[in-house]
Amino acid sequence: MILQRREVVATLLAERGELLVVAGLGSTAWDCTAAGDSALTFPMWGAMGSAAMTGLGLALAQPARRVLVLTGDGEMLMGLGSLATIGVQRPHNLSLVVIDNERYGETGMQATHTAHGVDLAAMARAAGFASGGLVRDRAGVAALRQSMREDKGPHFAQIKVAAEKVPLVLPPRDGALLKNRFRQALLGEDAALQ
Amino acid sequence: MNAPLAAAVDWPLAVHQVLSRLGFGIVGFVPDAGHKRLIELCQADARVRTVVMTTEEEGIGLATGAWLGGARTALLMQSSGVGNIVNALGMVRECRIPLLLIVTMRGEYGEFNPWQVPMGQATAEVLRAMGAVVQHANAAAEVAAHVDAAARLAFGSYRAGAVLISQRVIGIKTFQEQAEQ
Repeated sequence: MILQRREVVATLLAERGELLVVAGLGSTAWDCTAAGDSALTFPMWGAMGSAAMTGLGLALAQPARRVLVLTGDGEMLMGLGSLATIGVQRPHNLSLVVIDNERYGETGMQATHTAHGVDLAAMARAAGFASGGLVRDRAGVAALRQSMREDKGPHFAQIKVAAEKVPLVLPPRDGALLKNRFRQALLGEDAALQ
Repeated sequence: MNAPLAAAVDWPLAVHQVLSRLGFGIVGFVPDAGHKRLIELCQADARVRTVVMTTEEEGIGLATGAWLGGARTALLMQSSGVGNIVNALGMVRECRIPLLLIVTMRGEYGEFNPWQVPMGQATAEVLRAMGAVVQHANAAAEVAAHVDAAARLAFGSYRAGAVLISQRVIGIKTFQEQAEQ
């Protein structure tokens, strides 16, 4: 049975503990919100193609914390060079997970390159990620959940999910609010004075 | 003895000292002839994490994520690279991310490559259109002071501050000189 995106994201974020999350624009940001809005999730409403690099910056600044980037196939395709850049930096604490429905969900469900067989996981492995798997079932999601918490990264996973329309569950839109609440939750009250 | 003043001023060294003093922990760059020495100084500095990028646009995500995590980022790029960051700068503006951009100009003063001229002429205007505060450094001796001021403005007021280093300072006039940089 093909995986459903909301269930996959809820599984990955369940009992998230110290995990810091960057959510790429569109459906993956809504999925993260549906799993439970958190100050330590940074949902992006724009800058398409920048999610992976935002995760890299966070991972480099916070080497003692695990960082998870959840993004869509279309968003990832717009920043493919990031795979090479992360492959050079090799942050042990970064996981990059693509929720791949093979569609541009916000613009009318048009097919992305992955619908035509473009293999993002193979690209990530070739770029130097420590792991890079294609996930199609619940067992794979559970294994990924454990691996991204325990094993040395950087990890990459491409999770194939159904091209379904799901209810909108939106996080706050105000970028300054999203930034400030994240920094305050991570760095403490004094973050606003830096 | 009679070397021009510009040749006597080691602006990359002075800029590196400013970045160190102001606590920039991450420097992102796309390799560039004009930034060659500053990049090398940053790479040799154990307190700085250098991130070589495939396109300047990656730097905007890098700087945003780093600031979320409490680290300061400076991005080094050529004026052509400014064209690659325009949409992503919307995130910097909306989220009020402090960010220092140090831009070596091309297409601006004695340029030999016509394809550099359109972006070089549009660089300051494009940056301002996206909310960055722009400063022009036209002599080697003033580059570090501009970088210091732009960094303090950027991190004091939560926006992008850009220093455009004139081609007069970089001094690349021919393809041969570029190859020998």
